[in-house]
Amino acid sequence: MAKKPVLTAAEAAKMIPEGATILCGGFLACGQARAIVKELVKLGTKNLTLVANDMARQTGPMGEEYFGIAELIHNHQVKRIIATHVGMTPEVGQQNAEGTLEVNLIPQGSLAECVRAGGAGLGGVLTPVGVDTLIEQSPLCLGKQTIDGKEYLLMKPIRGDFALLGTYKCDEYGNCWYKGTMRNFNTVMATAADTVIAECEYIVPVGEIEPENIHTYGMCVDYIVEGERK
Amino acid sequence: MEKSEIKAFIAKRCAKELKDGDVVNLGIGLPTMIPAYLPEGVELIIHAELGIVSAGATPKEGDANYDPYHVIDAGGGVASVAYGGGFIDSATNFGLIRGGHVDACFLGALEVDAQGNLANWIIPGKRMPGMGGAMDLCVGARNCIVCMEHTAKGNPKIFEKCRLPLTASHCVNKIITEMCVLEVTDKGLLMTEINPEFTVDDVKAATAAPITVAENLKSMLD
Repeated sequence: MAKKPVLTAAEAAKMIPEGATILCGGFLACGQARAIVKELVKLGTKNLTLVANDMARQTGPMGEEYFGIAELIHNHQVKRIIATHVGMTPEVGQQNAEGTLEVNLIPQGSLAECVRAGGAGLGGVLTPVGVDTLIEQSPLCLGKQTIDGKEYLLMKPIRGDFALLGTYKCDEYGNCWYKGTMRNFNTVMATAADTVIAECEYIVPVGEIEPENIHTYGMCVDYIVEGERK
Repeated sequence: MEKSEIKAFIAKRCAKELKDGDVVNLGIGLPTMIPAYLPEGVELIIHAELGIVSAGATPKEGDANYDPYHVIDAGGGVASVAYGGGFIDSATNFGLIRGGHVDACFLGALEVDAQGNLANWIIPGKRMPGMGGAMDLCVGARNCIVCMEHTAKGNPKIFEKCRLPLTASHCVNKIITEMCVLEVTDKGLLMTEINPEFTVDDVKAATAAPITVAENLKSMLD
């Protein structure tokens, strides 16, 4: 297995063109590729579509200003988001009201499963979640089906041009291990984008992550970036 | 009752719903107070949306497991994993929720109605924080229990039919407030317990849906 190229965060950010759709791992920026995001902010790359559970946090755990992808929103670099919860980033609501940001909210389990479907070669997801709600009108909902007397929504698979993973340890082959709650959406997102960049806190030798404990397989990862250690 | 007393009173009553070993998801706010009132011998497996099964006590700064960058809860606070618990990814985690592996979820409501419909994720034109994991939990948890103050600034929150966009339909099994316990039945709301500080008429006046009073109406304090 070939070693994966190691990039700086700035080199990784430069690969992402205007208008790209980015799957962003992370939940309130825990498990998010925050160093690459910082560089994207510096570049000012515009018209991005972000797929993420939430738009991170306007204030980080230690009072950091704009923690994670919240800064891309603040910097008006995003035209559309697909997310489940944006309560911690009031700027999302403001920009949506001003008409500059399209917001597609879908249930958290549906987001995970739509991305999983996108990375697993499936044509959609049938879920009972969202029946009788506004989700029926979501652009990601293709209609309703009744199976054995129970109603389900057919949800579209989601894929990205890029996936940015926020991992703890990544070995030279790109195998990743997540600490604590960092795993969240990263493992499905790693499978559902054309180019997958794993930002980690530590690049480690192959073998340091036990084979049984690899959460994201190196075969899914194209590039490695060493970010900030926390 | 003072506001803080009301919340503690509701949380205490909610704790009586649980038995040892139950897998439980607790919404933000009031529901997080429930574990403090568990009867002796009842230990829960706390299911956390961010991928902890089971979650432990909230660590304090200086604790060995205090890790605000790697172990957090869905509100952004520092969290921990309990002894014997583990971390999982979101797809697996929500598979557990939809698949009926969570015994109960406790959550608040903007509105709840006599058919067990719940609205708690959006006020169109005003606030759209998003549903997060609430829709999945309401549909997937075996028991969906709404715990909230009976009214908001004196206005009813329990209706014959919700007016706000729904989180999920026909999902709520029970409503626990500082005034009473209501079960959602095929025939509407059935009051099974009442706080002796209030009369049945008080409850009916504070509720915008018909209520049937159980024949053996009990005190919430028993």
